[in-house]
Amino acid sequence: MGRGQPQTAHLLRRGGFGAGASELKAFDRYAPQAVTEYLLNFERQPDDVDSKIQQSAYVSVTTRGGQFQPNLNIDDARQRWLFRMVHSARPLQEKMALFWHNHFATAYSKLAGIVPGVQATKMLALVEGELPGPQGQLELFRQMGLGSFRDLLVEVARDPAMLVWLDGRVNFRTRPQENFGREVMELFTFGLGNYVEQDVYAAARAFTGWNLRLEGGDPQQPTAYYAFLYNASQHETSAKTFSFPIYADGGKTIAARSAADGMQDGLDFLTALARHPETARRLARKLWNFFVSDVNAPDDEFIETAARIYLQYDTQIKPVIAYILQSSVFLDPANWYTRYSWPAEFVVRAIKEVGWNGFSVDTARAAMINMGQTLFEPPDVAGWSLGQEWFSSGTMLARMNFAATLAANQRVNLGRDAAVASSSPDDFVSYFIDRLTASEFDAAPYGYLQTYVASGGAWTGSPAQLQSKAAGLTRLMVGSSEYQFI
Amino acid sequence: MHVSRRSFIRGGVSAFTVTLAAPEFLCDLALAQGARSRNLVVLYLAGGNDSLNTVVSYRDPFYYSRRPTIAVPPAQVLQIGTDTAGNAVGLHPRLTGLRDIFNQGRLAIIQRSGYANSSRSHFQGADIWGTADPSSPSNMGWLGRYLETLPRDPLTAFTTTRDLPRALMSRQISVPAIPDARTYSFASPNTGDEAVNERAAATRIASHVPVERPQLAFVNASARAALDTLDRVATFANYTGTLAYPNNGLALALRTVAGSIVRGLGTRVYWVQTGGFDTHAGQGVNGGGAYATLMSTFNDSVIAFYNDLRNQGLIGDTMILQFSEFSRRISENGSNGTDHGAAGIMMAIGGGVRGGIYGSAPSLDPNPANPTLENSGGDVRYETDFRSVYARVLEDWFGTSAIPILAGDFKGGAPAIV
Repeated sequence: MGRGQPQTAHLLRRGGFGAGASELKAFDRYAPQAVTEYLLNFERQPDDVDSKIQQSAYVSVTTRGGQFQPNLNIDDARQRWLFRMVHSARPLQEKMALFWHNHFATAYSKLAGIVPGVQATKMLALVEGELPGPQGQLELFRQMGLGSFRDLLVEVARDPAMLVWLDGRVNFRTRPQENFGREVMELFTFGLGNYVEQDVYAAARAFTGWNLRLEGGDPQQPTAYYAFLYNASQHETSAKTFSFPIYADGGKTIAARSAADGMQDGLDFLTALARHPETARRLARKLWNFFVSDVNAPDDEFIETAARIYLQYDTQIKPVIAYILQSSVFLDPANWYTRYSWPAEFVVRAIKEVGWNGFSVDTARAAMINMGQTLFEPPDVAGWSLGQEWFSSGTMLARMNFAATLAANQRVNLGRDAAVASSSPDDFVSYFIDRLTASEFDAAPYGYLQTYVASGGAWTGSPAQLQSKAAGLTRLMVGSSEYQFI
Repeated sequence: MHVSRRSFIRGGVSAFTVTLAAPEFLCDLALAQGARSRNLVVLYLAGGNDSLNTVVSYRDPFYYSRRPTIAVPPAQVLQIGTDTAGNAVGLHPRLTGLRDIFNQGRLAIIQRSGYANSSRSHFQGADIWGTADPSSPSNMGWLGRYLETLPRDPLTAFTTTRDLPRALMSRQISVPAIPDARTYSFASPNTGDEAVNERAAATRIASHVPVERPQLAFVNASARAALDTLDRVATFANYTGTLAYPNNGLALALRTVAGSIVRGLGTRVYWVQTGGFDTHAGQGVNGGGAYATLMSTFNDSVIAFYNDLRNQGLIGDTMILQFSEFSRRISENGSNGTDHGAAGIMMAIGGGVRGGIYGSAPSLDPNPANPTLENSGGDVRYETDFRSVYARVLEDWFGTSAIPILAGDFKGGAPAIV
């Protein structure tokens, strides 16, 4: 039984990246509630997924010049992240990292236009301790993804990648730089309609002097690194007044401070944004779309409850996710398969279900470009256009063609596995319906799948026929619309 | 932030259903109209183009006092004359090809185009330009609404981006996205008859209309839009042109568009875009640097496209319409950049365009009473409603009534660019 318990499979598609048959089998003896706890309390699982890279039982990575350098080469960083999505014992950790990567969308190409590529990759993906320097932005998301949003927001504001991406590194005292000050309100917290143009000016001033420093000499060298610098001499010290409350007493003005203490301006501002009720609601809406549905609109009660929990727990994310994964709307089968899969989710789930023996995640990485999602390269600071906007003729063709590539690569294994269902074309189709967890095929397309398997001559069940039909059927199913939803 | 587009599929599935269920597309009709039909190439400069450095008011002392490092020096400006208000303006020094087109009378520059209460958000701004509806920018696109008035054909429009821009969104038509025509083909894990059978099955599966699940119908429409256009796209996938195009994404997209025009497939609307215009920092000093590189990409790509079509006698059928979601603040910031501003310029280029300088340049005097500025003298105030330009294109280029498409009559004051 490939699909396992339906609710468990739903939990793993949403709280992770789906599961292959053997993973689902392992979960079969647990009640869905236990699976939810497994996902949420991921710190109980080993954090050793990186150690499995380049071991034979796992999906491959492609080396360049014999080297795999995920802290220094951005394509290798992409491969490492895809590998983690396929094999991590902590799927929700990677899922939340993907959510925050989209939320705080930061693109490699701008960074690499300003600092050397090795530094840009370190800023985004360095695992702490593997080379000198602060951990990369992705690691912030992995380590803090279920923690306090306020703390995450502060770390992102001081994150070297963000300081390059939104130009904070050059936000100076005399003529402040507005990029971060605007986007932190429009996109990272409460959103349009909650601030006015004067707030943009004031926010830009609050972050003057939040700059960068270079350590370790020549930035072309892997051992050099960039780190946050509070540059007091570049901080603009006068008072900043906003149109919304900054302090619990309703005060809207950050009072003038000495330059030495001026970093507190930005901290006060970020804390106010994180605790703002509209930030709570906006995050709740994004989490609805991410975890529950981006076909069905959120119900107000869900949004208000999730927002209340967020504020009650002082911006902690884990209680919000726990509420979501156990909510009646999440568990309602009417909301299953109502999330358009992101390209990363699509390729990882396909690899998990179709197989990976002899397959490299680099093939998935390259195919994702035409699907419209290159990791560490969101199109702009708003992140990817989600939901149905993932789908155009070009991106759908890329998904179909990835299905073809993966199916061709796995045809021998697929044909061998499907030998248990070789008695008739209909049994053969049933086997793949069970193995590849698409949403339900209506009778007509189900019939087209059967017609395809029965086409082109008599059914013999020979190994050659099983291989070509297994590959063709896998390609049709993984490339179907029914498979594009999680 | 993104305005939700979820409403797209609600109420949209029935229209898609009808389109998909139609027994045949009107390809023959489109082909018959083909080679000589007028087309529109939308060229979107993503990120908010700093139009004050594209078209320079080089005699305005405030241009230089407010942009002490990033201003284009007067001696570098490519002079093109004065506007109706008597302001001397010129092009960025990298826009030599555009100056040639201007001198041929085929480049129209519309100064201070925009709308009231300009959004300074990239995303809301782009949606407003895409819907032509500042009050409700989450609807379908203005070009999508135009396409609905044409005979159905799966290649009536296409975008060279991966995502469908809002301007081309429609409840009835799934516009193809062809980011790279050379890889726009059907792959199979098998060969020969097996692959043929598989493609037939894929087409049948994608033609199914699951009425209870509009989201599936929507994705099926995307798959059908691919399957129905593959063979025609293949006819221009390897088009190289009558001259060498520059090796950048914009030029290669324009080359694909030129190939489609030359093959005469009847496509009416194309979308191309290039990014990097969100120049908050380091945009370059004295007319050089990063912004000059952006201008080179823009200029070199457009002039190659223009000359390629002109060489083949086809430029008279084509209009390029260029815009950006907003322009930038007048005063430079402390990092040789400019932050989000308001009104900017539009350009129209083509063999049927009536070239010239339309509208008036702003005075950049920061006096809050300056009527050509807004936001206490910080940003440029619009003079020409961008929808009036859309109306002119719809009425006088495409010969259709703009009022139902734009949900209003915006032609009053429209610059006579056609």
